[in-house]
Amino acid sequence: MSTRSRIAIGTVLTLVACATAQRADQPAPRYGEPVSAAELARWDISIPPGGAGLPAGSGTAREGLKVYEQHCLACHGAKGVGKPADALAGGIGSLATKTPLRTVGSYWPYSTTLFDYVRRAMPLNNPLSLSDADVYAVSAYVLFLNGIIAEDTVMNAQTLPQVKMPNREGFISDWPPRPRN
Amino acid sequence: MKDRRLFLRRSAAVVSGAVAAALVGRASAEPLAGEPWERVYGAGFTRYGQPSRFEQPVGRHFGQPYGELAPGSGAALSPIEALEGIITPNPVHFIRSHSGTPDIDPKAHRLYIHGLVDRPLRFSVDALLHYPRITRTYFLECSGNSSRALTPQPAQVPAGAMHGNISCAEWTGFPLRMLLEEAGVRPQAKWILAEGADSAHMSRSVPLEKALDDAVIALYQNGERLRPEQGYPLRLLLPGWEGNMSVKWLRRIKLTDEPTHTKDETSKYTDALPDGRALQFTFEMGVKSVITRPSSTMQLAERGFQEISGIAWSGAGRVRRVEVSTDGGKTWAEAALTGAERPRALVRFRYPWQWNGGTALLQSRAIDEKGNVQPVRRDWVARYAPDARFHNNSIVSWAVETDGRVKHVYA
Repeated sequence: MSTRSRIAIGTVLTLVACATAQRADQPAPRYGEPVSAAELARWDISIPPGGAGLPAGSGTAREGLKVYEQHCLACHGAKGVGKPADALAGGIGSLATKTPLRTVGSYWPYSTTLFDYVRRAMPLNNPLSLSDADVYAVSAYVLFLNGIIAEDTVMNAQTLPQVKMPNREGFISDWPPRPRN
Repeated sequence: MKDRRLFLRRSAAVVSGAVAAALVGRASAEPLAGEPWERVYGAGFTRYGQPSRFEQPVGRHFGQPYGELAPGSGAALSPIEALEGIITPNPVHFIRSHSGTPDIDPKAHRLYIHGLVDRPLRFSVDALLHYPRITRTYFLECSGNSSRALTPQPAQVPAGAMHGNISCAEWTGFPLRMLLEEAGVRPQAKWILAEGADSAHMSRSVPLEKALDDAVIALYQNGERLRPEQGYPLRLLLPGWEGNMSVKWLRRIKLTDEPTHTKDETSKYTDALPDGRALQFTFEMGVKSVITRPSSTMQLAERGFQEISGIAWSGAGRVRRVEVSTDGGKTWAEAALTGAERPRALVRFRYPWQWNGGTALLQSRAIDEKGNVQPVRRDWVARYAPDARFHNNSIVSWAVETDGRVKHVYA
């Protein structure tokens, strides 16, 4: 049934209900349409720490350098030093100092977040445009810049979630809420 | 004060004129009183109204960390110093966006609900407009609000340019719970991932408890359809929680068994501590208040009566009490509240004050129904890392100088 005809039927039912009495036990409207797994796969781009949903494809830092130079360098600077956009590399060991530098390497707890974010939001002026292989490669390059993986380490759906980020244990969950003081 | 004197003078003139008229009638040479706009036919109707041209300078304060490179990234803060009451007019509601405002065609937009559900579903905007509606008044505050009050030196800018990532509106939509129940929540589901259709595809993880409690799919704001910068055609609204989680341009909700740890709940919107660690998932916005009049960059015109007025709020529920100090916190007096019956909405507070021409240090302190008290600035600063910038709900201080200038100070 199309959405429109569902809505039309829903409207008729609502009118009938109003004509009789205001009923608290009316069934809730149901206008959602069933959706196939194939359709969802095109929209579902979120990647949790376990890596579920990571696509096929792979890349290395060596390959990622080319992607970085073409799409990232103008905003994130050579070797991810930042300016005008956020620094991507450096700062490991700085978080407890008076001048913390929070980068992918020093602060981000999960490598999957890097793949997820690059794919959904970067480059700023043309997101959703990089191939999955390019996203793996440029993610590998950023991890390599931080000294977390080697230049030829292959990043793919199996290897990326296994990368242990330096600040993996650096977060304290406040959910469920804990007392502040 | 100046206006009042003018009024008295004019009233006196009117009275003496009336007495004279009663005696001798109007001298024919004297024209009737009336300003130029009283002597011409007024402008025709407008389809969509605008403020007086004399009020046009009132507008949002821009915070664009990347400048022209990314003019829609950052925030446009509400000019709270120029606003009154509780409701923020839609044209000046604060905006926080990561990749600008998308130009969404509602006919093409859709909302998916999937993941740990019995029936993955797709909704058109037309379909969502047919659910039975609720209307609620809630504030929204970016958790980075007041980060500009953490700079080494106190910025001398209007209150809104520092503290204006706060607004309050009457939202109309329906409970998110209705859609989740329609899809059938599986027992393993503990979180939802909410994602926007902007080019950042901004996404946040939200505990299922909140999604099933008071989360709203908002379609209207202050009586009109959401504006593009507020999430048109639909947004998530999570009362009392970090504004960032009230995902605009909502396109997808995935039910999951764990948080997704997106960029904006790990690298950002986490609260850095002095020991190098950080708090994550601090969702509720703390109890807070700020005096908006008089405030930073303003000038007191004359000695005598001044109304001290401002806004207060708490993500935990209702504001129970707001106190005002004019001596930097040595003594406090209770302010009168408007709107205190509504949880998670702005409250307007007012306190009458006589300025004697001396220096004064104005502060406000809010206390909510859970007993949370707005902290003093030095305590807040000591609790977090030197570069912390989220959830700053500390007390704001405005110094009045003997010449009437109002300056932002750290106290």
